[in-house]
Amino acid sequence: MARAPRRLLHGIGLLAVFLFAVFPFYWMVSSSFKTQTQILASPPIWLFHPTLGNYAQVFSDHKVTRAVISSLIVAVCSTGISVLLAAPAAYALARYEFRGKSDLWFWFISNRFISPIVLALPVYIIARNLHILDTHLVLILIYITFILPIVVWIATDYFRSIPKELEEAARLEGASQFDIFWRIYVPLGVPGLAVSAIFGFIFSWNELLYALVLTRRDVQTAPVVATSFMSGYEIPWGKIMATGTVIVLPVTIFALLVSRHMVRGLTMGATK
Amino acid sequence: MNRPPSRLAYGRWTPFWFLAPAVFALLAIGVYPTLFALATSFRQYNLARVRDGFPFVGFDNYVTVLTDPTFWQTLGRTGFFFLCVMPVEVGLGLVFALLLHQTGLGTMRAIARVSLVIPLATTYAVVGLLGRLIFNRDFGVANAALHVFGIGPVDWLGSPGGAFTAIATMDVWQWTPFCALIFLSGLSMVPVEIEEAAKLETSSKWALLTQVQLPYLWPSLTAMLILRSADVLKLFDSVYTMTRGGPGAATELISIYIQRVGFRIFDMGLASAQALLLLVLTVVLARLYIRFFYREID
Repeated sequence: MARAPRRLLHGIGLLAVFLFAVFPFYWMVSSSFKTQTQILASPPIWLFHPTLGNYAQVFSDHKVTRAVISSLIVAVCSTGISVLLAAPAAYALARYEFRGKSDLWFWFISNRFISPIVLALPVYIIARNLHILDTHLVLILIYITFILPIVVWIATDYFRSIPKELEEAARLEGASQFDIFWRIYVPLGVPGLAVSAIFGFIFSWNELLYALVLTRRDVQTAPVVATSFMSGYEIPWGKIMATGTVIVLPVTIFALLVSRHMVRGLTMGATK
Repeated sequence: MNRPPSRLAYGRWTPFWFLAPAVFALLAIGVYPTLFALATSFRQYNLARVRDGFPFVGFDNYVTVLTDPTFWQTLGRTGFFFLCVMPVEVGLGLVFALLLHQTGLGTMRAIARVSLVIPLATTYAVVGLLGRLIFNRDFGVANAALHVFGIGPVDWLGSPGGAFTAIATMDVWQWTPFCALIFLSGLSMVPVEIEEAAKLETSSKWALLTQVQLPYLWPSLTAMLILRSADVLKLFDSVYTMTRGGPGAATELISIYIQRVGFRIFDMGLASAQALLLLVLTVVLARLYIRFFYREID
């Protein structure tokens, strides 16, 4: 008899979880389809005729399109380079025993904890001296510092799950160590590498602090440009929310793709 | 040749070659700048007064930081922020996880679970921009909601307490799902037989939670506390876009303060000293985390 109300309570609870998670996101997207007057209405309007005006503005604004392209270049390059550098390291960590292995591992893990402001200061000075401030290069390099450890961690975990017998069989066939890595671990590890690359892309795409202090005009990334609309006499809310939606939508889709791995990725595997 | 090339590839140096690219990359772009910051922290390094040069000043910057009440206030505020958001995130996260763990209503559970990924993936800077809209005094939806209860318009971003509450609320939105998902994976570690047996013994959810499930949740809680404290020390993007640390210094957390000293006052020497002290804190947290969770590797 108590089953029905309990089920109902459970349903209401789950609905609350869903609304909690989705509401601000919904509010951003719906605001992006409102005119400025509709946004400024008090109390807020819930039902309205959607307009695409904000998106037309966003896509015709060269600042925004350039910023999105910049973000894309930086995210793709930093992630790609990180995967190239990290995959062999992950293989070594997964399959070899050597002195200092745990220290090395901890060093990679520790990078997850470091505040970006610690590196932002010296990198600003160094980049200024090298005249590479406000270039894609400096952002790509600095983003590798936090993407690479994530890729190492996820790929190591994945490589460990590949049966050792394959490697042993290949050894008997006389395959070189590099061949084993390149012909066995990389192809079989593609799913793991893909997950780690998606994580890398998300982190890089979402980053603001480095992008804010290391760029001026030429290579501002999307979050920096979205933030810059906030100043000025009249704040173009609709345009900001449309830009926000354009920024958030692709990473949300990526995140949904790797949602099963989300917790392990964010905790560096401390919880299964 | 009595040593074929393949011997070399199987030797003790093999892991070195695989590790070298990643290690050297991180040394060059991670460790070298950190050492550079260390060197900077011993100099008077003000980019707004380049003509003074960058003379060596020994521990002056560190003395300034450690005797600077603003630095300690900022650190205290950051700690207070952690103490405000963490219980809410842990509490709500546990409730969410229990709801998602409960059997039945499969589809709804799956949808609710997947929706939790959205806050986690939302660009932090956009979270801040969204916060400005939601907590706007005149047309924000937060005030509209309070209006229903007859509470009347709160100047969220214009008052110190309001701004602090607003950034805390956005943090709770973004990170409660993180706690919920970690707890959920903790709950799924409870062996099914034990949980079923306990359910036959008692119908009390509370007894089930405290006596059967809780032991499996301690590691989750530890992971959350350490990771979230590191995250709060890193917290910059959403707060910066929402309040820039204001009004006054009401929401100036540690990373925002160091950014201001370094990039608006341009005192790189002082900011570097502050950043390195922050790094020491961070390393302590990282060591703790490793001590708790990676013991099996040692």
